[in-house]
This record gives sequence, structure tokens and C-alpha cells, in this order.
Amino acid sequence: MKYETVIGLEVHVEMATESKIFCSCSAKFGGEQNDHVCPACCGMPGMLPIVNKHVVDLGMTAGMMLNCDINRTTTFDKKSYYYPDLPNAYQTTQWFAPVCVNGTVDIKTSKGEKKVRIKQIHMEEDAGKLVHDDWTDSTLVDFNRTSVPLIEIVSQPDLSSAEEVIAYLERLRSLLRFAKVSDCRWEQGSMRCDVNLSVRPEGSDVLGVRTEMKNMNSLSAIERAIEYETARHIDAIENGTEVLVQETRRWDDIKGKSYAMRTKETAGDYRYFPDPNVMPVVIDDEWYNRIKETLPDLPEVKAQKFIELGLTEYDADQLIQSRALCDVFEAAYKTSGLAKESANWIITDCMTILNKKQMTADMLSISGKALGELIKLVAEEKVNRGNAKRILAVMFDEDINPQEYAEKNGLIVSNDTGKLEEVVKAVCAADPKSVEDYKNGKEKVFMALFGQCMKQLQGNCNPQALKEALLKELQ
Amino acid sequence: MKLYTAKSENVSGKPVVLDDTILTKDMPTAAGSKMLDGYMSLFDAEIISKLKDAGFGICGKANVGEMAIDLLGETSYYGECTDESGKLVGASAEIVKNGEAVAAISMDVCGSSARAAAMSGLVYIKPTYGTVSRFGTIPAACSGECVAVSAKTASECREVLSAIAGHDDKDGTSLPEDKCALLKADAPRSEIKKIAIAKALVDSASDEVKALIESFKANADGVEFAPIDANELTYAQAAWNILMSAEVCNNVSKYDGVKYGYRAAEFSNIDELYTNSRTEAFGYLLKSTILFGSETLSEDNYMKVYDKALRVRRVIVEYFDKLFADFDAVLMPVSSKTAYTKADTDANTYIAYDESIYTAPASITGLPRAVVGGVQLVGKAFSENSLLDLATKVRKEGK
Repeated sequence: MKYETVIGLEVHVEMATESKIFCSCSAKFGGEQNDHVCPACCGMPGMLPIVNKHVVDLGMTAGMMLNCDINRTTTFDKKSYYYPDLPNAYQTTQWFAPVCVNGTVDIKTSKGEKKVRIKQIHMEEDAGKLVHDDWTDSTLVDFNRTSVPLIEIVSQPDLSSAEEVIAYLERLRSLLRFAKVSDCRWEQGSMRCDVNLSVRPEGSDVLGVRTEMKNMNSLSAIERAIEYETARHIDAIENGTEVLVQETRRWDDIKGKSYAMRTKETAGDYRYFPDPNVMPVVIDDEWYNRIKETLPDLPEVKAQKFIELGLTEYDADQLIQSRALCDVFEAAYKTSGLAKESANWIITDCMTILNKKQMTADMLSISGKALGELIKLVAEEKVNRGNAKRILAVMFDEDINPQEYAEKNGLIVSNDTGKLEEVVKAVCAADPKSVEDYKNGKEKVFMALFGQCMKQLQGNCNPQALKEALLKELQ
Repeated sequence: MKLYTAKSENVSGKPVVLDDTILTKDMPTAAGSKMLDGYMSLFDAEIISKLKDAGFGICGKANVGEMAIDLLGETSYYGECTDESGKLVGASAEIVKNGEAVAAISMDVCGSSARAAAMSGLVYIKPTYGTVSRFGTIPAACSGECVAVSAKTASECREVLSAIAGHDDKDGTSLPEDKCALLKADAPRSEIKKIAIAKALVDSASDEVKALIESFKANADGVEFAPIDANELTYAQAAWNILMSAEVCNNVSKYDGVKYGYRAAEFSNIDELYTNSRTEAFGYLLKSTILFGSETLSEDNYMKVYDKALRVRRVIVEYFDKLFADFDAVLMPVSSKTAYTKADTDANTYIAYDESIYTAPASITGLPRAVVGGVQLVGKAFSENSLLDLATKVRKEGK
């Protein structure tokens, strides 16, 4: 018999906000343990939650990127469970009226295109982290991550293979990073995924027994886990190797196996109820439109626009890998009017510097306008390429005006023909032998003399003008 | 008998006593629970700076029942308080009655502080929900609980209420400043001329309480009284007990022995740490409330019980809205009797649940309640000044 796998995903994404969802603590990744904490996110009595509006901005943005309907009145609810990393013993989340519902994500796989339906996107707070201290053999809690804002994106069970799941996750990641909702870093845990999976005979409309694998944090692990679970389910159905039960399982990526954690019967009742301390958030037209207006183009729409500006498909593809590259490109193009040049400077020169600094494309934070000005200086032959690269490197560390910097540091190409002649004369006077050789037909020495002149001028001259001046002197 | 759980040595300004549900940096706050015995807050409640700015000083913290959800403080870890006759009294009310403080500030969760004011013969005002910041108060039932004031006179009540009312950005349920300003002593107000008497509630009370109602009427010169059935108001009790217990259950779940507060000495895993700490540190009424609240919020019961209670809340709000088209306030008892003893609370652990039939209407709607002459007046939103004006008249203050 042939089988089909039915998969639905719950994806958690940490939002790129400065502060936490209900208090003003920093939401930055890392920091000393328990550095980003206050009485509110430590679960001390007496603090009241105040909703960070930027979280709602980003929740709406995510929903709009995924074609969702936005709930104009969205509410927060409490989900109760006991765990030491959850200081209040409840998580504030959205159960009754999530910010976004009914969306779609388009994916492409070897089998063609597919629309994956999104059931809902809700906003919630993250939990802290348990750290085992081997020295004292005790478990300690780090509350830095507590109350960092998350969105959970719940798909319908529309996916049917590991390939589709990977395509969906990559698309999701690209859209959310593009809209600056999150940096979506699997390795830092800012993107995590729960996989709900069941298997049924092909063509059947009855769902099989569903198992859930929680907190998957890499694409390769997800791929392996789906393949393993699918095989396990089929084996159970065909050979009766085990009785499938609805349960939560843990994926051990090293052993390549999943293990039962808890069954439906032993799962906690989360006792959801509306949080009386958080008033319903009402999204009026002004707010809705403000977010709608700041929505970026989809990456492929942007790529098309770049191609229309004269970029190759390859260059456009390189740029849309990161919103930061697109932003810098657009600003540089706007200033310089030179599309191809702007793309080259970013794809080649900026990326080289980023690689050297061990930074990713997302971290490109130079001013696109300044880059555009630099490109203009090169195009107008006011600064040569070598010096322009040096100026670019400085732009990564300091906020500079390229023209002013070039002037201040003597990097402007000189148009002073008097100075050219002076240098040419001096070089020729200092090396009469080469001049003699040239005159005797040894044309090779011309380049040596040219090089000496260029060196003295520190490269700041128009090569054509120098060539002409030198030829004139040697006649 | 322990009236104070903490006392200030140097009080500058007119002394005010705080119930031990209000967090202070310089004195411990335990909310009457072994769980929080000796707990030192890192911050002060918002109202404390407001009190100080208005020339009041905090003279100490007063003993309260565990999470202030009991009848009259009988569930406090530090023991109950009684007067010479053995009658249960609220600690902060008694401190004011003794003249050691001009006013007491309490959390009115289920009316225990309102009852305490009645027992000690004080004037009491629980303001409209959202007009006094709850920032820095130990949470129990957040959807209805309010910071409340009791004093010997209506004018002292007003002076303190006027000082603490105001918008607070740190409390998401805090109302805008223009609404809060209606509680200021000099804000414009209308006179209470027509009062409905909630018959269903008066009828269920003792003869002594009925006499207090009559006495109130007799002293309210120029006010017209009319009886109404008010059967609808009796539904508030069950609905509030459901909402309250669910919220209390949720709010005390953070006291798990992990971060602060009481931790059991013996445990071999995290579940035992939770269970043993909570078993040893919570009292019987609170444990019952946790179980009751937990049950009402369970997946099977949520729609049948909790959601229905939310709907009843809406019905009662609408009932008051209609009533206030014809009346300025509703008169009702604040308790079924004029005195309770330890024997009463021993005989019925859930007596506070029963007595909330009188206090739940104002708790569940967030409407202001005043207690004067041992009876309760529930007024329109933001009618605190009108209620206190009437209290002044009934008590013949300044005459």
C-alpha cells in the first residue's frame, strides 16, 4: 500500500524588538546570565504587564507578509503550567483572539508549486533557560530570555514531505527576515519548530494518529526527524510493530531516533483564560495602514524590479538574500544612479569585508547613501578604485562622508596638470638611464617610469593624463 | 493578636496604615501568607509616593487574611484579630479606630476590608476600577480588586482617596487622567437624591443589619428611597466566586518555592519542591480556592463555568446601567450580621464565599462602594465624591 504523510507545523520566531513584550528589559540575545531581568520578568508580585506596541507592529507585519487577516481587536490570555523557567507559572499568549488568522505561504518544490494555509499567528512571551551547573550539581535558571516576544505561526496540515517542510520553512524565514520581523537564526534559537505528523493510506480522507516533535532547531534535524517518524508510523501500521498513540516525542538528532515524552492523557491542561491585566489591543485604521505602508516588496518582486534597473538575474538574486543588502543597494542606486556599479560594490566589495569581519549579510549597516556617493566619485574619476576600496573599509567602522574623507586624506585624483608635469620631470631627471633607453627604442621602460610617477602621486591622478604628460616629456 | 506585621519607627506626616497586601521597599509584605513571610519587595507600590507627596506617612503594615480573600482576616498566617468581646476585626480598621492612623489602605478583593470597616464603625470607599493604580499590590483577583480607603470620617476618606487616585502608565488597566480626576476632592459632583434598596439582599440579612439599613434611611435627610427586587444582583455572588477563584489560582501559581518565598526543606525532585512548598505554606481557604479556580478553568469546564461567569458579569453591569437611569445609588448590606466570631469561621471555612453575596455586585462590576453606618452603598462609576458627600450627611459630620 502507498502512504501519504500529513504534516502541520508550529513555528516559533523571536521578534526583533529592542525590549521585551511586557516590560522594558532588553530583548537582545546573550548577555551575562540574568542581566536582562526586572521584577516583572522574574515573576515577582506587584508588576503589571504593559504591552510593547512594537511587538504588535511586528505581529501584524508577519501576518501581512503571509496574507493573513488581521484581527482588529486582539487579546492576550494566560496559559498555566509549572516549570522553573516560567517564573509566573503562566505564559501570556493569545488563545481566543490571535492577531492574525487565515493566511497562505507559497512554496516551490520539485513537485511544483503549492499554497500552504496558515491557521493563525499569535504573539506570546518566551520562557527562560535552565542551566545545569556541574560544579554544584544543581539546576539554575537564566531569565534573560523570559518575556522576549515571540510569534507562533501555526500552519494547517497541508505539508506532505520533508522537502515541502524545508521549502516552507525557508520561505517563511526569507519573508520574516525580509520584513525585519526576526533574524530567524536557528542556531540562536530565534526560530524553532514543532512538527505534527501523521500517516494515512494515499487517497484516504481520515487522518492517522498524530505525534508531535517539539523544539526542532535545524533544517537537517527536521528533515531526518520527518523521515524517521514517517517510517516509524508506516512500520507500525503495516507490521504492527507498535501501537501508535497521540503523544509528544523528543527527537534525538545524534541517535537519529524519536522518543516518547508524554501522551495526550498525561498532557497538562493549560487552563487558558483572558488576562484581566492586559486590555484588548484595538488596531484602528491609522495603525493598520501605517504597517501596511511600511511592508516591503516580496523578495521576488524586488528582484524583478532590480532586473528592470539593469541588473543580471544573478546579481538580483544575490541582493535579495538579505533585506540589508537590498536597502543599501536601493539607497546607493538612488544616490549614484548606477545600478550595476552599486550591485557590484555590494556583492563583491562589501561582502569581502563582511566575510573578513566574520559578519553576515544581514549585518551590513553602512550608509547606502554614502556608498552611492563613493560610487559617484569613482565614476567621475575623482577617486580611483583602489582608494575607493580603502574608503569603503573605513565606512564599515565610521560614519563618514566619502568626499570629505577623500579630500582630507589626499585621496582625490589630481587634475592639476602643472603638478603632473612637475612629477614627470622630476622622475625623468632622477632616472636618466631609463629615459635614454626609451629614446633608444626600449619601450618597455615606459611602464616603469609611469609606475614611479604614479607612486609619487600616490595614485591620485588620471592615468590617461599622466600617460600623455610622460609621453610628452619623453619626446 | 497581631495588628501590625511591621511598624515604622519614624513617621513623617499624617500616619496611614497599609494592609500587608501593598508592597513596600522598606518593610516586608506577606499578604498574610506563610509563603511570603518576610518577603521584601524591590519596589514600592505606586500609591506610596502619592501618599507621601500629599503629606502622609506610612506608619506600618497591618495583618490581613491570606491574599485578602477571607471574611475578616481569620486566615492570616500571623493569626486572626479580635476585639475584647471576641468579635473578629480587621487589623487595619482597628488600628484606625484606635487612632494610631488617620486612614487604612486595603486591597478590596472580596469585600473583607469593607466588612472590616463596618465592624469597626469606619467610613469606607472602594473607588471605581481603574482609578487608583494597582501597581505594587499583591495580585489576587485582578479583574475586580481595587485599592480602597477606610477612615473615621468621610472627609478623611476623601482626602486620602484624592491623594492616591490618578492615571499610572505602569498599570495597563489604569483609566485616563480625566476620569481619575473625577475622584479629586474638589472635582464637580452631583448630589445623591434617589436610592434603590436592594430588597433581595436586605431580606437575607439579620435583623440587626436591617436595623442599620433603617437607621441609614432615617439619617439621609432629603433622599428618596425606593425598594427594588434586585434578584439579579444575587447572581453576582456565584459569578464573582468563579472569576475570583480562577484568578487567585493563577496569580498565586507563581509562588512555587523556586525563586523567593517559602521553600520546603524536603524534596527530591522539582514536582516535590512545588508540591511540598505549596502544601506547607498555603492555608486551607487558599488551597480550596486554588482547587476551585483550577477546576473552573479546566478545558471541560471553561465554557460551562468560567465563560458563563463572564457573561453574568456583563448582565450585572447592564442591570446597574439600567438601574442608574432612575437611581443615583443602590443601598444594600455589606454583611449578613453585625458581628462574627472565630466560632463562625471555624464552623464554615467558606463563610467569605457565602458573605460575598453582598459584596460581589460592586466587586464584579468595578463600581464604587461606600460603607457607612455598617451598610453599603453602590454608586455609579466615578461617583465617589457623591457617595462620600452623602456619608458626611448621614453621619452628620461637622455638625
